[in-house]
Amino acid sequence: MRQYGVPRWGTILTMSQKSFVWLCLLPLAAVTAAFFLLPMARLVVAGAEGEHGLAGYLAILAEPRYRGTLINTVVLAAATTIVTLVVATIAGMFLQRHRFPGRAVLIAMLTFPLAFPGVVVGFMIILLAGRQGLIGELSNRMFGEKIVFAYSIYGLFLGYLYFSIPRVILTIMAAVQKLDVGLEEAARSLGASPWAVQRDVVLPALAPAFVASGAIAFATAMGAFGTAFTLATNIDVLPMLIYTEFTLAANFATSAALSVGLGLITWLILALARSFSGSTVAAAG
Amino acid sequence: MNAGGHGAAVRIEACGKTFADGTHALEPATLDIARSETLVLLGPSGCGKTTLLRIIAGLEVPDAGGKVLFDGKDVTGVPIEHRNVGMVFQSYALFPNMTVADNIGYGLKIRGMAKDERAARIAELVALTNIAGLENRRIDQLSGGQRQRVALARAVAIRPGILLLDEPLTALDAALRDRLRSELNRLLRELGITTIYVTHDQAEAMELGDRIVVMRKGAIAQIGTPREVYFTPTNRFVAEFVGAANIVEAPMEQGELILPGGRLPAGGEATAAKAIVMIRPETIRVTEVGTGPVSAVVDAVNFIGDRLRLVVSGAAGRPLNVDAPNTVQAKVGDRVGLSIAPEAIRVLPSES
Ligand SMILES: Nc1ncnc2c1ncn2[C@@H]1O[C@H](COP(=O)(O)OP(=O)(O)O)[C@@H](O)[C@H]1O
Ligand SMILES: [Mg+2]
Repeated sequence: MRQYGVPRWGTILTMSQKSFVWLCLLPLAAVTAAFFLLPMARLVVAGAEGEHGLAGYLAILAEPRYRGTLINTVVLAAATTIVTLVVATIAGMFLQRHRFPGRAVLIAMLTFPLAFPGVVVGFMIILLAGRQGLIGELSNRMFGEKIVFAYSIYGLFLGYLYFSIPRVILTIMAAVQKLDVGLEEAARSLGASPWAVQRDVVLPALAPAFVASGAIAFATAMGAFGTAFTLATNIDVLPMLIYTEFTLAANFATSAALSVGLGLITWLILALARSFSGSTVAAAG
Repeated sequence: MNAGGHGAAVRIEACGKTFADGTHALEPATLDIARSETLVLLGPSGCGKTTLLRIIAGLEVPDAGGKVLFDGKDVTGVPIEHRNVGMVFQSYALFPNMTVADNIGYGLKIRGMAKDERAARIAELVALTNIAGLENRRIDQLSGGQRQRVALARAVAIRPGILLLDEPLTALDAALRDRLRSELNRLLRELGITTIYVTHDQAEAMELGDRIVVMRKGAIAQIGTPREVYFTPTNRFVAEFVGAANIVEAPMEQGELILPGGRLPAGGEATAAKAIVMIRPETIRVTEVGTGPVSAVVDAVNFIGDRLRLVVSGAAGRPLNVDAPNTVQAKVGDRVGLSIAPEAIRVLPSES
């Protein structure tokens, strides 16, 4: 049986709808190409344009100064991520589950630093633990010795924590709110202690939030520049190294290679974390 | 199967509950549940059934003065994890990060049971609840009925002293609910654990309960066996909530109700200006016109298959529902006689 009109119109509509969707994607494609892919490609090429060519990439790992910085940065970012997750999980869980006077103020205070750039965070660390800082003042009065750690790796670590805890707390609080209290009650009815409930029910349910917010914390810590710059620390982190190679030594090839390396390593570790957490969820479930 | 003894006896003493926001969810209630008895808490939504169940479970603390005793021992201050109760939640609350087998075995693992022993016990429960083949499934790969079975298996696995079920069949569709109801009934009888079962469905309550506690607005309206609650409700709320009921208000003279359609003997010698009585639809017999003590006109005839549901008017102050055998020949507009055995007429207190 032949059909007229409607089906043919239908076909035409779908066709034009399809091309319409493609048309809408065009600006995105253009922006991606112009501002993302092209500079990226240029960066990768620049990394191999030094006097050693492609071996310039190898130098990131071979050269002790670069390698040391790389390891420092990864360790610092990892430590920041882990401590942030622990602190933010405990705080987020408590804040989401308890109602007490001053709760709203406390949440506001905890999330206040969200707006601060790394420079301000660095500044605050100096105010706290710098040469004229609060801790130095106090320790001087109490033990006659000035404790100053703002310019060490501890100061940097504290700054990174300060920077990432607010972001992670908000994610964890949202995830805790969505937890099914019935699951915890069920576990308890089966004899689970409060610790066992956390281990077997709550933490597995929060795992996706840990991966998501942990990834952001890690990537942010890997690339953080403002805090390190303000503290002018005596330890080097990768973004600082890139900065000095680029502006002071005008070593474009090395700074490009380091940049690509920073991106790759961050991406690799995040991918590993994601697949690991994915496989544990699959294995458990 | 041996489910490990027959559970504990439960006593609830003056347990009321006022929530932090001021909601009076439960008036102080006192209740005894015998060892291995199945007690059903029945009532409309919001009447406090879940609250009472959670107090027994140890998930909710009763207001000051309330006490919960298991086998005579005061457990009011004991948290749920130490009460050894098996609980089936309305939402089932199965662990999404564990397989079916791990869900069932969770309580055993917490108790430190060795792996082989645990596997054997899980297999036992899988067979008991008819879920063979699903052991390695994830929870989101199960149907509603399968989830219900897993939740039950998990609760029973730990050989609890008391089994608590909160509307375990409400989330299922009607056909499945009927099938699982009889299955659940067989299982509860087989296990013989003290069971407290919450439902708003009176058919479920009748089939499963040794005794039924009918609740209304946070208070106990009546406690009794299904037969007692059905045949001799002590107040109008129970009469209307459990089964279908005609509630008739009429003057009574020397044990006879004075109805527009005639004088109806209700037993006894009582006289009252206004009596309130309950008459179940299936206790009314339709007879030839002029033969019963009361006469009426058929307003509606509904053929339901196993019976006829008639609506007749003119007999009492309001239309009466009558359940007649499906062989009765009655048409709309027919004049009929009605006869009702005096024992079937239940006089209710006038204030309820
Ligand atoms: N945590 C709570 N806080 C305040 N009110 C509650 C809480 N839990 C239940 N209620 C209220 O208590 C009453 C009884 O609730 P519930 O026991 O759940 O009834 P049912 O299980 O019979 O439907 C309802 O009015 C309900 O809104
Ligand atoms: Mg309920």
